[in-house]
Amino acid sequence: MTAFNALLMRDIRLTMRAGGGALMGALFFLIVVTLVPFALGPDLALLGRIGPSILWLGALLASLLALDRLFTSDFEDGSLDVLLTGSLPLELAVTAKALAHWLTTGLPLVIVAPVLGLLLNIEGGAMDAVALTLLAGTPALTFIGLIGAALSVTLRRGGLLLAVLVMPLTVPVLIFGVSATNAAVSGPVPFGPPFTILCALSLMSLVIGPFAAATALRQGLE
Amino acid sequence: MKLVADTIACTRGGREVFAGLSFSVAAGEALLVTGRNGAGKSSLLRAIAGLVRLTAGTLALEPDGDRSLAEQVHYLGHHDAVKPALSVGENLQFWTAYLGGNGDTDDALAAVGLDAIGHLPAGTLSAGQKRRLSIARLVAAKRPVWLLDEPTASLDAPAQSDLAGIMDRHLHGGGIVIAATHADIGLKSARSLRLGAA
Amino acid sequence: MALIDLANPTRFLDLVRRVLPWLIAATVIAFAIGLTMAMNAPDDYQQGATVKIMFLHVPAAWLAMLCWALMSVAALGTLVWRHPLADVAGKAAAPIGAALTFTCLVTGSLWGRPMWGTYWVWDARLTSVLVLFLLYLGVLALYWTAEDPNRGARAAAVLVLVGAINLPIIKFSVDWWNTLHQGESIFRAGGPEIDPTILRPLFAMALAFLLLFVTLHLAAMRNEILRRRVRTMQMMQAQTA
Repeated sequence: MTAFNALLMRDIRLTMRAGGGALMGALFFLIVVTLVPFALGPDLALLGRIGPSILWLGALLASLLALDRLFTSDFEDGSLDVLLTGSLPLELAVTAKALAHWLTTGLPLVIVAPVLGLLLNIEGGAMDAVALTLLAGTPALTFIGLIGAALSVTLRRGGLLLAVLVMPLTVPVLIFGVSATNAAVSGPVPFGPPFTILCALSLMSLVIGPFAAATALRQGLE
Repeated sequence: MKLVADTIACTRGGREVFAGLSFSVAAGEALLVTGRNGAGKSSLLRAIAGLVRLTAGTLALEPDGDRSLAEQVHYLGHHDAVKPALSVGENLQFWTAYLGGNGDTDDALAAVGLDAIGHLPAGTLSAGQKRRLSIARLVAAKRPVWLLDEPTASLDAPAQSDLAGIMDRHLHGGGIVIAATHADIGLKSARSLRLGAA
Repeated sequence: MALIDLANPTRFLDLVRRVLPWLIAATVIAFAIGLTMAMNAPDDYQQGATVKIMFLHVPAAWLAMLCWALMSVAALGTLVWRHPLADVAGKAAAPIGAALTFTCLVTGSLWGRPMWGTYWVWDARLTSVLVLFLLYLGVLALYWTAEDPNRGARAAAVLVLVGAINLPIIKFSVDWWNTLHQGESIFRAGGPEIDPTILRPLFAMALAFLLLFVTLHLAAMRNEILRRRVRTMQMMQAQTA
């Protein structure tokens, strides 16, 4: 476990030190959420109604676009080669990196979401539901995005490719995240079933993501 | 202990870089891989490190242990795997912990002459110093097989002789060094393997 | 002391060392006076005591805009005159400006709660300040990501100048957007003419904020110069090792 922890701590430290790390994703989230009223108009009643969906969309974009550099920087400076010679299975190494990424980028999104909820006139109770579903759902976004990050580094392409590859895969997460939130706010379906499915999606991607990403890296780095 | 390659072949991008290659390197021996550009020196090292798949043949470290070959090699590639945002010491501590060493990182830094600046951000280092920091990882985490791709690149004369001393100590301790190089890297008794000579 | 002397960072550090204690004292006194005057100002006949938030809100907004103006001048200094202290001044001002804008947004939001019944409305003025806040954060993000401080400073200078040109356009378009939509939830806070009994404490508070800004900015510039010296010394130490 020392190798796992060492990699986890290194990645957290790197994001905290260089490039504003955690704050950049939250800043992107803030800007996306701010742009929506400019497109839809400042009607608070409307914003309050669709606010949870806007927050979910913003969080999805922010967590996926932030994944762009996850493997690229390690690839460029040769760290990835050395990581591959470690005794830690690549699946676990990739998990450590994804976990570090979620802690420094996904978790801040969950934390700032209530503040952004104020801008969108989301009621207190609805905001709790959004925060809870984001907490349960953002790990799924990170671990699904992980696959895209691994594919894009092996294809030597970054940026939009990752989003194009991964966004279709995030559809279920978005569906159940938003429907769990709406269930909590307005009903008529109960909150339980969609939320449980959301948690299940997170747990599933926690398993599938690292295996797929490790396979992609092994195949692609030849 | 012995590293044995048995008629190995490797293809990259549809082109055969080497084929039918057999050699063995025993503990305490060094092997210099030479050859013109594109002869497959780097590919051979990467294949031994498990970073490139072989298309034929087998590679093994005898006697077989419970650990795979990749877990027993140090790969020093063209890039230094140094993070500028971390301090010199933090860089080395990370790799030592990750590669499963319990070696003393301070001693390793002293061996490459970076012990006085262990607290500085690695971003302040020159290219040669980054290379030395990269070499320190081989000293700190103990692994029997060293794969060095142009290890003397961007090293000045004193640093090159430091590296020669480090490699000598590794060989005396029963290690194996396989180096791909154009230059004389200061190994006293090294066998040579010329790729693409045919 | 001529302006040219201030260009020398060492002279500048000397000056800061001498001036800073006085500035801190002046800031404390100005806030004591300003806050007392604000507390004694009469309550608004409609809004009651909540109007007092204005004494924090309005000066913060003024200073937030003044800070961008100062950063624009510093940006010109960086790009055109290559003044050695210009990018130090710009970089030191950015977080303070962001904090002032944030103060303005938070106080505005707290003020809005009793007035509008909600913490936030997409009022043209508030929205413009929010966009200003986003611009500040963008500049900060640029400083954070730049690995080479000099290149970062020039990039940030370009962004600040573009922002300065764009701010009026943003303000105009936000106003237009807002009147275009005229949502039912928009309440305009067009109160009666401001009475001198309110105006005087407001100016006192603005003076206090200005002093606070100057104090913080000089201290931040000093820290930035010292940070750069540490970096240079690290580079030298790495070279001689």
